[in-house]
Amino acid sequence: MRRIGIDVGGTNTDAVLIEDGKVAGAVKAPTSEDVTGGILEALAKLGASGALKARRIDAVMIGTTHFINAVVQRRHLSKVAALRLGLPSGATLPPFCDWPKDLAELVRGAVYMVEGGHEYDGRPFMPLDREAVAAAAREMKAKGLTAVAISSVFSPLDPSHEKEAAEIVARENPGAVITCSSDLGRIGLLERENAGLLNAALTDLARDTIAAFEKAIADSGIAAPLFITQNDGTVAEAHQAMRLPVYSFASGATNSMRGAAYLSGLDDAMVADVGGTTTDIGQLKNGFPREANSVVQVGGVRTLFRMPDLFSFGLGGGSHVSLDPLSIGPLSVGYRLLKDGIAFGGGQLTTSDVAIAAGQLSIGDKAKVAHLDAATTARVFAEAKRMVEEALDRMKTESGDVPVIAVGGGAFLIPDVIEGASRVIRVEHGDCANAVGAAIAQVSGECDQIFRELSRNDAIAAAQRIAADNAVAAGADRATISTIETEDMPIAYLPGNSLRVRVRVVGSVAANTAAAA
Amino acid sequence: MTDLRDITLDDIESLAVGAWILGTGGGGSPYLGLLNMRQLYAEGFKVQLMQPGDLADDDWVAAVSNMGAPLVGQERLTDSRTIARAVGLMEDHTGIRFRGIMALEIGGGNSIQPLMAAAHLGRPVIDADMMGRAYPEAQMTSVAVGDLKPYPLSTVDCRGLEAVVQAVPTWKWMERVSRKICVEYGSIASTCKAPRTGAEVKQWCIPGTTTKAIAIGAAVREAQRRHEDPIDAILSVEPGKILYRGKVTDVERRATEGFLRGRTRFDGVDAWKGTSLDVAFQNEWIVAWQDGEPIAMSPDLICVLDTVTGEAIGTETIRYGQRVTVIALPTADVFLTPKGLQHVGPRAFNYDIDFKSVFGS
Repeated sequence: MRRIGIDVGGTNTDAVLIEDGKVAGAVKAPTSEDVTGGILEALAKLGASGALKARRIDAVMIGTTHFINAVVQRRHLSKVAALRLGLPSGATLPPFCDWPKDLAELVRGAVYMVEGGHEYDGRPFMPLDREAVAAAAREMKAKGLTAVAISSVFSPLDPSHEKEAAEIVARENPGAVITCSSDLGRIGLLERENAGLLNAALTDLARDTIAAFEKAIADSGIAAPLFITQNDGTVAEAHQAMRLPVYSFASGATNSMRGAAYLSGLDDAMVADVGGTTTDIGQLKNGFPREANSVVQVGGVRTLFRMPDLFSFGLGGGSHVSLDPLSIGPLSVGYRLLKDGIAFGGGQLTTSDVAIAAGQLSIGDKAKVAHLDAATTARVFAEAKRMVEEALDRMKTESGDVPVIAVGGGAFLIPDVIEGASRVIRVEHGDCANAVGAAIAQVSGECDQIFRELSRNDAIAAAQRIAADNAVAAGADRATISTIETEDMPIAYLPGNSLRVRVRVVGSVAANTAAAA
Repeated sequence: MTDLRDITLDDIESLAVGAWILGTGGGGSPYLGLLNMRQLYAEGFKVQLMQPGDLADDDWVAAVSNMGAPLVGQERLTDSRTIARAVGLMEDHTGIRFRGIMALEIGGGNSIQPLMAAAHLGRPVIDADMMGRAYPEAQMTSVAVGDLKPYPLSTVDCRGLEAVVQAVPTWKWMERVSRKICVEYGSIASTCKAPRTGAEVKQWCIPGTTTKAIAIGAAVREAQRRHEDPIDAILSVEPGKILYRGKVTDVERRATEGFLRGRTRFDGVDAWKGTSLDVAFQNEWIVAWQDGEPIAMSPDLICVLDTVTGEAIGTETIRYGQRVTVIALPTADVFLTPKGLQHVGPRAFNYDIDFKSVFGS
């Protein structure tokens, strides 16, 4: 098995080649403004190392923080038309009602609430007001809004109103890119709608980003299928991922934690992943990130995603540094580090400049940062240490010292001795842990269907068999398959004890089957 | 002299956290009610709290709640005006003018219903309720234990459906008839219960529960801010007991007759490693068995909390893999009498078990 894992971060694009379970090559290149250039450069470097010669590549797996960064930094987000089918219910709590004000102002293009939706048992709540949907769609068109998020009361049980409204919107507002909340999931209208709104805000960015990925892979002369890594440590085929970018939101963090486990051989530890803009701290349990319980805030928006439980704060290799008064981040020069950092002839003092002055990093021009004396660099490092210790303490679930694996390009900001850590571990290729995690991502299989005339246990078992078969067909090794999600909902209005069962399983990629898949 | 206290928005934020803990898994998350209150306070509305002792014996008090399956509320999203309409319908129907609005149950989202009605109607909230927690059925209240008159009852839904149950012979009948209406409405209805006099409130209702919920919520929020153990914080303001720590390994749910029924299994950690806990629910957590032996049951409060945040986890949202701490809190005295146990003891939920309190007799 030969797979290339690529991590496109805000600052660096890392690429690794994993061959027969070992890292056969690992390189870094700065992320370019157009994304493509950075990947091309990284793949060229990987090729120059000789690693790509001779045998074919089975798959390219890309993880990216692009989408979550867009939300957190409030950049590259499309204006969204929100269409909710559910009046007269919920009128005092319209779409965007619990969003942070700044993000709502940026993303809210228009809000439409019309009659429609279903009851808990599948009966219609109100008939769908098709005329009102069409009128809303015409207004969207007049306003030039093409990113559309449709939500409907009880759509996880019966998505028909959402689907019909989507057809009407597509007809009246051609070119609209539509997210239906039922594709994202769960009971809880506000949270599901929020996920849909975020997804819609990201669809333009996702289309451009994934097109750039494909172009870069093709231009590098690699003929292998492209996969995008997902929040849960699995991969999705690129075109499927493009439709639902929120599912790859937290994949960067998941990848770096799984990569850290893989590289260190430790299954239980804290991981501090220091990127260019932020540091993520999370906890590994049995080789997988600990998941957040229920509600997850993304950029201040409440959702119900299954995501790793992370604490992110603004400390990274590109973080702005102010000396008087002393502060680090949350602003970052990001991928412009090699242009805007002082050691590179730019005008913005960053943590990397400080590390170069202190002799901890040997890049850039040390002479340009000679004015930073030892006392100053020590002050900056002490502040970084304080920030890390505070975050570590927040994320620990038990008292007592724990091992901390420091990974990511900015890992130089984590000192060797920190309070709360039994030891700080640095691993070979730790600066490419995300790319390693992407390359070892697992394959999933899903089953979501209605079973009749079966007991609950039999229905779940049947769904697990179907999901496992789907995972094996997608290249998973049957012996490694485990169930990560089971959800069942009785549908009272259908005859015969109807039960809707959703099961998701994952497994490792089987040796020598990626080519067959 | 009536002494009204302003309820601040920060109090309501704490109330939302504390009331969900007292909800013992049911009553629905108070989050949507809280969002409505933020909206109302932003528009300049304000709510005041009145002590039940300040009521005149012949004052009238409206007891309000949403009834139905909490999961329906998660989809239909509470509208703050609907509960005010239920009170208005009762005033129109009876000719009574209410002095204040009280919660039927302090547990869950119903703790905030009286605040929404009070804001729209310009009346105070009475600091008391009829359960001291949440319960799924109409006869599971202190006033039903006291055999007070169970009717009339008004029900409304957001589509303009309105119905009054004019008279019933017993609380059980009120439960059966109003439940049928509720199910037809889509398993959720905003209701105003039988009007209560000030004298009845003072004799039979459970005083101080809004204040108590605010105090529990404030303790949890303060512990979260200080990165201290929120479970310890709850036990420092309430005489509760830790029952179990573990992880969710199975959830079985079915929506039947307007209720969410089912069972959740936990595998133990720490001192409970190697054991398992099953907790059955009917909207609320009702009975807990450790390795097959009942260890806690209604009317003691069984609260399943997120181990890290200390916040409550509802029966409609609990899911595989969540790490929880289960605690018990003592119930109101009115439910510990033989008559009280007939209404809310384990046999009232069809479990053939003699009630044994976590807190001794």
